[in-house]
Amino acid sequence: MRGALTTAILLACGLAGCGRVWNDPYPAEDRGKNILYSAFTDRPKHLDPAQSYTSDEYDVIQQIYEPPFQYHYLKRPYQLIAATATEVPRPKYYNASGQPLSADADANRVAYSEYDIRIREGIRYQPHPAFAKDDKGEPLYLSLSEKEIASKYRLSDFPRTGTRELTAEDYVYEIKRLAHPRVVSPIYGHMADYIVGLKELGDWLKRDNDTMMAEHRKRFGPADKGAPWIDLRTYEISGVRAVDRYTYRVRVRGKYPQFLYWLAMPFFAPMPWEADKFYSQRGMNEGRNFTLDWYPVGTGAYMLAENDPNARMILEVNPNFRGELYPSEGEPGDAKEGLLALAGQRVPFVERIVFTREKESIPYWNKFLQGYYDSAGIASDNFDQAVRLNLEGEATLTPEMEERGIRLRTSVATSTFYLAFNFKDALVGGSSERAKKLRQALSIAIDWEEFISIFANGRGIAGMGPLPPGIFGYRDDAAGYNPVVYDWVDGKPQRKPVSAAKKLLAEAGYPDGRDARTGQPLVLYLDTVGRGPDDAARLSWYARQFAKIDVQLEVRATDWNRFQEKIRSGNTQMFFLGWNADYPDPENFMFLLYGPNGNQDGENKSRYASPVFDRLFDEMKNMENGPRRQAIIDQMVKIAREDAPWIWGFHPKDYTLSHSWVKSGKPNKMARNTLKYVRVDPALRERKRAEWNRPVEWPLVAIMLVLIAASAPAYLSYRRREKRAGRDIRTSAAASA
Amino acid sequence: MIAYIVRRALYAVPILIGVNLLTFWLFFVVNTPDDMARLQLGVRRVTAEAVEKWKAERGYDKPKYYNGGAQGLGRVTDTIFFEKSVRLFAFDFGNADDGRSIRHEILTRMWPSLALQLPVFIVGLAVNITFALLMAFFRATYLDFWGVVLCVAMMSISGLFYIIGGQYLFSKVWNLIPISGYAGGWDAAKFVILPVAVGVVSGIGSGSRWYRTIFLEEMGKDYVRTARAKGLAETAVMFEHVLKNGMIPILTGAVVVIPTLFMGALIAESFFGIPGLGSYTIDAIQAQDFSVVRSMVFLGSVLYIFGLLLTDISYTLVDPRVRLE
Repeated sequence: MRGALTTAILLACGLAGCGRVWNDPYPAEDRGKNILYSAFTDRPKHLDPAQSYTSDEYDVIQQIYEPPFQYHYLKRPYQLIAATATEVPRPKYYNASGQPLSADADANRVAYSEYDIRIREGIRYQPHPAFAKDDKGEPLYLSLSEKEIASKYRLSDFPRTGTRELTAEDYVYEIKRLAHPRVVSPIYGHMADYIVGLKELGDWLKRDNDTMMAEHRKRFGPADKGAPWIDLRTYEISGVRAVDRYTYRVRVRGKYPQFLYWLAMPFFAPMPWEADKFYSQRGMNEGRNFTLDWYPVGTGAYMLAENDPNARMILEVNPNFRGELYPSEGEPGDAKEGLLALAGQRVPFVERIVFTREKESIPYWNKFLQGYYDSAGIASDNFDQAVRLNLEGEATLTPEMEERGIRLRTSVATSTFYLAFNFKDALVGGSSERAKKLRQALSIAIDWEEFISIFANGRGIAGMGPLPPGIFGYRDDAAGYNPVVYDWVDGKPQRKPVSAAKKLLAEAGYPDGRDARTGQPLVLYLDTVGRGPDDAARLSWYARQFAKIDVQLEVRATDWNRFQEKIRSGNTQMFFLGWNADYPDPENFMFLLYGPNGNQDGENKSRYASPVFDRLFDEMKNMENGPRRQAIIDQMVKIAREDAPWIWGFHPKDYTLSHSWVKSGKPNKMARNTLKYVRVDPALRERKRAEWNRPVEWPLVAIMLVLIAASAPAYLSYRRREKRAGRDIRTSAAASA
Repeated sequence: MIAYIVRRALYAVPILIGVNLLTFWLFFVVNTPDDMARLQLGVRRVTAEAVEKWKAERGYDKPKYYNGGAQGLGRVTDTIFFEKSVRLFAFDFGNADDGRSIRHEILTRMWPSLALQLPVFIVGLAVNITFALLMAFFRATYLDFWGVVLCVAMMSISGLFYIIGGQYLFSKVWNLIPISGYAGGWDAAKFVILPVAVGVVSGIGSGSRWYRTIFLEEMGKDYVRTARAKGLAETAVMFEHVLKNGMIPILTGAVVVIPTLFMGALIAESFFGIPGLGSYTIDAIQAQDFSVVRSMVFLGSVLYIFGLLLTDISYTLVDPRVRLE
């Protein structure tokens, strides 16, 4: 028995490497290193900056690719600052005859806006084989044969790397890629409306691509999966050009101040032609994933060292990073929170970022508690373990979390979730007084404060209009509450009583929830994708809210595809949707209610149409932030509240937990390139991990004992049976004798 | 035997065409190429033009089964079904709908799946047979009774419970093993030991009961009585006679799954963070990635057919009376 115990313990020690902790999921050689550990749930679909558009993709590529601008890490409201550019330019305006206009020119007179973007000299790309050159200075890996590529399976199989200076042409190249016929960029359609010449370039490239592909198929056969490289340098785009080595000019139609925000997104990051050509070589994507979608090439603080999106993605610090200093200014309170302690120091601070894929919330949460992730969000299941709400409704950490030195940071997301009415619907839609009062009654009846409390653990604030906090135009004072749904009581908004909703319902022609003309009960239909057990409680809650004013709710659950199709075709009455800001401008939310966007592909999914609102939107969208713009926004919000095309739902609050060894880490809802500002204390992390993960060895011994104890009766019984059998034989033999 | 194997391989072709056709039909009953495009492109600012571009780039802009606009054989070959299916028979899986190589994924992810599934299979088989033999050996005693009770209890517990319970005890409370994750080479051992243990334990109930039934049936046969009459010890009777003769039904269930071990475990891989083919398939179904779904179904069918063939061959090894002709 002793031997078995020793074997079990030795086996366990052997498997765990006999380290101080046994459950460390990371390699032993990484212990104590300056690494940031994070997790991701869904594998990124695209790492190509022309195609990526989701937050999980941006978490990776925004550390690698650098558009000309970025958001200030600490300042609020969000402020655009230069990244690779020397400054954020002011656009020049021109009329239809090409005459320059003043900076405050009326939007109606502006035919074109021009942005001259000057980038800093001396910025260099990360090391990459696409830039490698031979001894004669010729590109080493840009004219490879299929045979040469056949032996390569990882980027590191290319022994030499190189770099080169970032130029304005690289930015122009990437803008051209938005129109590339083989790159499906989600913003191409939108940008083609603004960037002069982009649509024409797209058509030109498509024609040429068709010809090239026909020739290619003739040469290699129709089943061939390869495609020849399109050298975008040889194509001109009338609205975009490099003025000199470090300056490029973009011409957009009309006045479009939000264009600067687009220039802070990876769609407008630089793309070296060498990288495009490198990955376009025949054989590169033959089972190897040598594509821009897999191996990004950028100038950012980090570069992708390992891409195994099924398990982990590892970013290493880019040795050629241009250098940037941690900001020395922030918003009030940042200094007190220690967020300015690193001011003036060079970023990035951590040498490596390890993103591990965690598909399930239980292991994710437990690994955070064990210290194997530096930060984490809070799933509903773990909320009570992590957070408690005090009497004032403020979130504080539980003693267990405080004891571990965990820090909680909360921030309201620049998102809005809403219950939309189809404005084209005969019953709930339209501008008639009857429909308007029906929508207003339902707006009062649905208690979003209760929803947030039950379904979001209090993590959110009820919406007062389309704009979330953090976006210019949002008001959080007495002037900002929604008088259609709330009363102002004791210095804060208080939802109107159900009786007010019933009164509005009766005025709409549905006293006690019945049509006054026909006597039939009022039945409304909610389209949703939620059909699982978790959704049942939410949908039941919706039905109860409607029942408060005697309205019957029918839930029409369907799958995601049909749901989207119903919304596109307008074949719905009510549905729940959300919007997350592309950029911190009210235009990015108000356009969700702009009449002309109420078509099949437009983002005005409720198909709301108000001529006054639309006129004000046209005026507001091109204005700079200021009192005049605020006044127009106030008018627009007032109209929208009265018309109530949406039931203003809620703006979620994000709760982020981080361990005591994580320094800085201020939530920034606009920027995702912020990992360069994060610092960790690896020595403290090691101490805490060792303290929290001491292996408990006695269960191994106990399990062995249980197994032995369980097999003992069988062994004893076997022995007894064997002996009995022998005795029986001997007895019978003696009897015979 | 070679003629038999060749004949079985030829039988597999119409089966695989049928499986492929059925997969294609079922998938496109639920999804349209437009749905697939919109799911890949996201829901923000997607235009009809972008959807068409995505479809054209991936060959989903063609008719599904019959192209009336084409000439000659093109009516059949210039269709989504033909273009997406015919290459599979050459094991050319092409690219996933997000543009990434399926072959690369399969070659990368089959090893973690195998690292999990192979030990579960081997250890599980050994444990189940041993436990079943013990119950059969002690048949009609309190040991047999409580053994069956234990098996029924273990069968009644959800597999998810074993996973979550195992993670809670071994990883969270006792800090003995990483709760999830994976590493290549020998480092994989510390990540797979818990999922393997969970896989084995969760399978004991059903496996042991099934094998116990087989052994009990064998033990009631004449040759066992003869063996006992010869004076053989009970252990010799069990291991040399009953176990050997019980191998045919055991092999029927066991050998057929050997090739499919590559395909991985769906739930365990997700919970333990093992980047295998099981989680790949689940991801593809959730993402409505037809290219991956059809490839995995095809591969699964091929491996299953191969498993059936192996089973037939294994019969000849354990029972000299069986001949493949």
